[in-house]
Amino acid sequence: MADVILEGIKKSYGAVTVIEHLDLDIRDQEFMVLVGPSGCGKSTALRMIAGLEEITGGTLSIGGRVVNDVPPKDRDIAMVFQSYALYPHMTVRENLEFGLKIRQTPRAEMDRRVREAAEILGIAELLARKPKQLSGGQRQRVAVGRAIVRKPSVFLFDEPLSNLDAKLRVQMRAEISKLQKTLKTTTVYVTHDQIEAMTMGHRIAVMRSGQLQQVGTPLEVYEQPANLFVASFIGTPPMNFVPATFTDGGATVTASGFKMPVPEPFRAASAGRDGAKVVLGIRPENVREASREGGGETVRVTAKVEFVEPLGHEVIVHGRVGDELIVAKVDPHRSPRIGSTIDLMIEVGAAHLFDAATEKRLGS
Amino acid sequence: MRPNRSEEPAHWPLHIFVLLMVLITVYPILWVVTIAFSGGQSLAITNVPANATFGERLRAIVPWPAHVSATNFVSLFRDQPFARWLLNSVVVAGMTTILGVALACTAAYAFSRFRFPGRRVGLMAFLVSQMFPGTLMLIPLFIILVQWLKLGSTFTGLVLIYTVTAIPFCVWMMKGYFDTIPKELEESALIDGASQATIFFRIILPLAKPAVAVTALFSFMTGWNEFIQAATFMNREDMYTGPVGLRFFVGGFSQQWGYFAAGSIVAAIPVMALFLFLQKYLVSGLTAGAVKG
Ligand SMILES: Nc1ncnc2c1ncn2[C@@H]1O[C@H](COP(=O)(O)OP(=O)(O)OP(=O)(O)O)[C@@H](O)[C@H]1O
Ligand SMILES: [Mg+2]
Repeated sequence: MADVILEGIKKSYGAVTVIEHLDLDIRDQEFMVLVGPSGCGKSTALRMIAGLEEITGGTLSIGGRVVNDVPPKDRDIAMVFQSYALYPHMTVRENLEFGLKIRQTPRAEMDRRVREAAEILGIAELLARKPKQLSGGQRQRVAVGRAIVRKPSVFLFDEPLSNLDAKLRVQMRAEISKLQKTLKTTTVYVTHDQIEAMTMGHRIAVMRSGQLQQVGTPLEVYEQPANLFVASFIGTPPMNFVPATFTDGGATVTASGFKMPVPEPFRAASAGRDGAKVVLGIRPENVREASREGGGETVRVTAKVEFVEPLGHEVIVHGRVGDELIVAKVDPHRSPRIGSTIDLMIEVGAAHLFDAATEKRLGS
Repeated sequence: MRPNRSEEPAHWPLHIFVLLMVLITVYPILWVVTIAFSGGQSLAITNVPANATFGERLRAIVPWPAHVSATNFVSLFRDQPFARWLLNSVVVAGMTTILGVALACTAAYAFSRFRFPGRRVGLMAFLVSQMFPGTLMLIPLFIILVQWLKLGSTFTGLVLIYTVTAIPFCVWMMKGYFDTIPKELEESALIDGASQATIFFRIILPLAKPAVAVTALFSFMTGWNEFIQAATFMNREDMYTGPVGLRFFVGGFSQQWGYFAAGSIVAAIPVMALFLFLQKYLVSGLTAGAVKG
C-alpha cells in the first residue's frame, strides 16, 4: 500500500516539452483516473510513474520514497498495457508466474497466488493455453492477472479496455472497479474515455496538452468544471456553450436568444460587471420541454428544431435559439419533427458561467 | 462462389510448362547422380561411335548409368582423404555458425533497441561491406591473416574470415526481426523484474527463433560452400575443406569426375539435413497473440 506523489514533474524529449509541470497527489488505496484527449501526455505521465520513461524534472515519490532514479522493478508497481503485452511463447500460467519466478517466490506460494488470481478473474481453465489461443477479453484478464499475482503496492493501467468491444468494456469496467475495491491497491488508470473516468475513478485528473486542468471526484468535476475545456470534455452530449454578456448591473446574463438571471453561486463574481463578456454553459440534461414539470427557477426559450437523435431512452434535440444552437435531452415519446418549433425550459440553477477571456469558471 | 468448372481455363498447358521447368532444373543434378553411381571416373556414360544412330545419340544424353555401382562412394572414404576434408568443413562451418549466430544476435539486438553514437554509421558500414566482391579482399586478408597473424592453414583463420563475412547479412536480418517484436513485451518484463540479460534470453531470443534459424543456416552455408578463400588459406592437404578437396579431384593432372560427383552429393547432405531440421523454426508468426489480434 502506498501513495504516489508527483511534484513539479516535467518531461521533455529533446527540445519538445510534453509535460511542463505536473503536481498530482494520489492517495493510498485511491483509484485515480488520468483522462484527457489523445496526445495530452497521460501515457507519458503513467510511464514516468512506472519508470519506463526518464523524468526530466521534479520529484516522484511512491510510498514516501523518492523513486526518480529507482529502476521499474524496484518500484513495487505492476502495469497493464493497452496491447496487453503477454509473452506469446509462454502459456497463461507461465505468463502469470514470470514475475514471481524472477523474484524467486517459493513454488507453493507461487501456485497459491496463481490459483487465487485465476479464480478471481475466471481464467482457471485457460492456464495451459498460449496467448494466441485466447479471445481479446481473455487476454485482457490474463494481463490483469499478471499484475495482481505480484501483489504490488501500485497498479498502473494504460487504456486497458480500448481494444475490447463495447459490451465487454462495460463488463470489464465493473470488474476492474470491483477488483480494486477488494484489493485496495492504489491505482492509476489512464483513459481517454470520460465515461470510464466517471464510472471508475474515486478521483479524476483531467489533462490537456500536458497540463493538469482539474482534479476532483467525478461529481465535482461534473458539477463544477474548472474551465471550458473540462466542461466540454466531461458529459455526453457535451455542454452547450453560449456567448453572453452581463446586464442589469450583473444581475442578469443576456445571450442572443434569451435573457436569464445570474445563478446564485456566480452572483458575487458578476456584481457590477455590466457588459462583461462571459460564456454561459448549460448541460443538455438541464434543458427540458416546457410541458414537463420540474422544480427550480427556469427560463423559457423557443427553439427551431434542426436535428433529432432518438436514442430509445431519450431523444437529443438540436434546436436553434436566437443565433445559437442548443442541444436538449427530451422525452422519447414526444420526439419533435425537424423544422418545427418547441418550447424549452433552461434550469437557471444548473447553469455555469465562464470568463470569455480566461475560459475559467467565474468566481473560482 | 466457384466459377463453373467448364468456364475455367484448362490446366494442362500449365502442367506441361511446370513439368518442363522441373526437367530443366533437375537435369544437371541427375547427371551428377548418374556419374557418381556409374562406378567410373569419366564424364560420359557411353561411347558414341562416329556415325551414331539416333538411338545411340539419345542414350548418350539420358542420365542413367550403364551399370549402377557405389564404388565411387566407398573409395571416396577408403582411398581418398575425403572424410578428413568433410570433418574439416564440419568444424569450420560449425564454428562459423556458433560464432556468427552469437555475435549477430547480440549486435542486432543492440542495433535494434539501443541508441548509441555510431549506430547509424555501424549499420551503414555493414551494408557497404556487402557491395564489394569477396575476391577483392583476398590479398589484404592474406597479408593480415597469413603474414601478420600467422593463421594460414588453421581453422581459426578460416572461421574468422567466414564469420566476419556472414555477420553483416545476419545482423541486418536479425535487426529487422527484432524491430518487429513489440517493445511493450520488454517493458512488461522490465516491470516484472527481469534484467536485460533475462529479457534477451527468455523473451527476445525465443521469439526470434525463425530469424535465428535463418541466421544459423546462412552462417553454416557460408562456411560449408565457400571455395576461393579456403583454397587460398588452406595450403596443407590435411587442412582442405570439402569444396577444396572436391576441386583437388579434377584440378591439375587428375580427372576423377566420379569422385567429384560422389563427393558433391555427400557434401550436399548436411545442408539439406539442416534445412529440414530448421524448417519448423522458419515458420513466421511466432509473435501472434502477443498483442491484441
Ligand atoms: N519519443 C517521443 N519523442 C517526442 N515526442 C513524443 C515522444 N513520445 C511521445 N511524444 C509526444 O508526447 C505527447 C504525449 O504523448 P502520450 O503518449 O503521453 O499521449 P497520450 O495522452 O497517452 O495519448 P493517447 O490517448 O493517444 O495514448 C504527444 O504529443 C506525443 O507526440
Ligand atoms: Mg496513451
